[in-house]
Amino acid sequence: MATTTGTPPPKTNRVGLTVVDYRGGKTTLCAGCGHNAISERIIDAMYEMGVPPERVIKPSGIGCSSKSPAYFMGRSHSFNAVHGRMPSVSTGAVLANRHLIALGVSGDGDTASIGVGQFIHLMRRNLPIIYIIEDNGVYGLTKGQFSATADMGSTLKTGVINDLPPIDTCAMAITLGATFVGRSFSGDKKQLHAMLKAAIAHKGTVMLDVVSPCVTFNDHEGSTKSYKYMKDHEEPLQEVSFVPAFEDITVEYDPGTTVEVTMHDGSRLRLRKLEEDYDPTNRIKAITRLNEAHEQGEVLTGVFYVNTKTPTFIDLLNMTEQPLATLPESAVRPGREVLEQVMEELR
Amino acid sequence: MAGDAFDLAEQFQTLVFVMSDLDLGMNNWMSDPFKYPEKPINRGKVLSKEDLDRLGGFARYKDVDGDGIGYRTLPGTDHPAAAYFARGSGHNEKAQYSERPDDFERNMERLNRKFETARSFVPRPEVSTGNSKIGIIGYGTSHWGLIESRDQLRQEYNIETDYLRLRAYPFTREVHDFVKQHDRVYVVEQNRDAQMLSLLKLDLEPALVTRLRSIAHIHGLPLDARSVTDELMTMEGK
Repeated sequence: MATTTGTPPPKTNRVGLTVVDYRGGKTTLCAGCGHNAISERIIDAMYEMGVPPERVIKPSGIGCSSKSPAYFMGRSHSFNAVHGRMPSVSTGAVLANRHLIALGVSGDGDTASIGVGQFIHLMRRNLPIIYIIEDNGVYGLTKGQFSATADMGSTLKTGVINDLPPIDTCAMAITLGATFVGRSFSGDKKQLHAMLKAAIAHKGTVMLDVVSPCVTFNDHEGSTKSYKYMKDHEEPLQEVSFVPAFEDITVEYDPGTTVEVTMHDGSRLRLRKLEEDYDPTNRIKAITRLNEAHEQGEVLTGVFYVNTKTPTFIDLLNMTEQPLATLPESAVRPGREVLEQVMEELR
Repeated sequence: MAGDAFDLAEQFQTLVFVMSDLDLGMNNWMSDPFKYPEKPINRGKVLSKEDLDRLGGFARYKDVDGDGIGYRTLPGTDHPAAAYFARGSGHNEKAQYSERPDDFERNMERLNRKFETARSFVPRPEVSTGNSKIGIIGYGTSHWGLIESRDQLRQEYNIETDYLRLRAYPFTREVHDFVKQHDRVYVVEQNRDAQMLSLLKLDLEPALVTRLRSIAHIHGLPLDARSVTDELMTMEGK
């Protein structure tokens, strides 16, 4: 008697979707580009967290980084904003519909130069958004000029030396009021994966600066954003792990060596200290430690700062539960007598 | 007008600029009381989850109705086919990245059709015509100076003028008709480069362009009637 074994059904997440449902178009970025690895981590994190793709929006600016939302989550709306203007587009979208999950992708040029004004004001509002900087230190789309995050003394392929100090987007974000700030490396699969999952659970502005080498213009000897430099100089502050609220897992940990942060949805972010006394809930210390890292030539990675207590911009503005576009006219148009009263007051 | 601008923005899925000027923005003006808006909000062509269930999907930039305006969905619409990518680079009707010349051309032609459609929907000009051979085109706060200037021309020179107050761009059919009906048309504007005149020249058929004459003032003060009257009379050769 012949036996038939059917193909096992594809594995699904808690909302019944397969990982394929989180994929996007085929990438047109260079082979080996760090941005592709970040897209992969986003796909995995969103899939594992069981986020419905239709609730996600993927705003971005301009640049290689900002092209990447085409390469993940094809079932989510996406919008290429004007260069450096992703924050205002995101703010509008999230205020119009508080149930959207915004995952904004920007680059070091888009954030630290062209859009620095918008970046600053986004960080101080605590809008619920995951803001990812795919940071390679150069303008890849325009053939590799230095960006404002390039380190002083690093060189271009042509030998040109950068003689301006870098902007540390993480220190800036913490100073301004972002409530979840970290740095990772596109080549550090485990750390980035855990940080992205925690970012999805966080309610507020998440700012992740992900060093993502540009294989075409900034992966040479003399670059401080190359794969080799990052492998040699990355200094993780902690070992990052994440336990989602929907996974009923109890893991013992030693409070002496591990900081556990309970996220808004009950998930737990575990940070096993690699440095004694580092407290990721202390803003001042976080900024000081980042400045020390610059002095010592380290590329510090990990979760630098997390604060789950500050109200979000949506709560602050007391936005409605229902998306603005679907509110009935009776709710959005004041009555005839209101206009008459205003007109009367102006007589 | 602001309410109309929002409706047009949604209907045409594009930015609408509401023009003001320094005179209007920084001085106190009297106005008639505003009328209560009776029209419902116009969201334009938006597909819901139920529409997508019925249709199975949609192509964001496909010109289904021939008016150049595609159907859109709102972010958060709970349907696997609802999403699209509003991208800055070349794309096809399905909003997918494309470098194909025919895709690019088709999209450009669609935008042109949309611009033509808009001519019938934007606010129409206010036109005051008699039998004069002289027409005046103005807009914005020039309006009040022009009313007075027309009175001066009538009383002091016995010259009747017709008048068209522009209220929107792209120009509607009435603007073309107005130029056709007059031998000489003075375009009055508070703009150094007479940019409204340039837009009219681009829009009108060549035979009509020669009828246009420019009165452009840029002295930083609200437009006064006397300077318009004097300049118009000089150009009339009187």
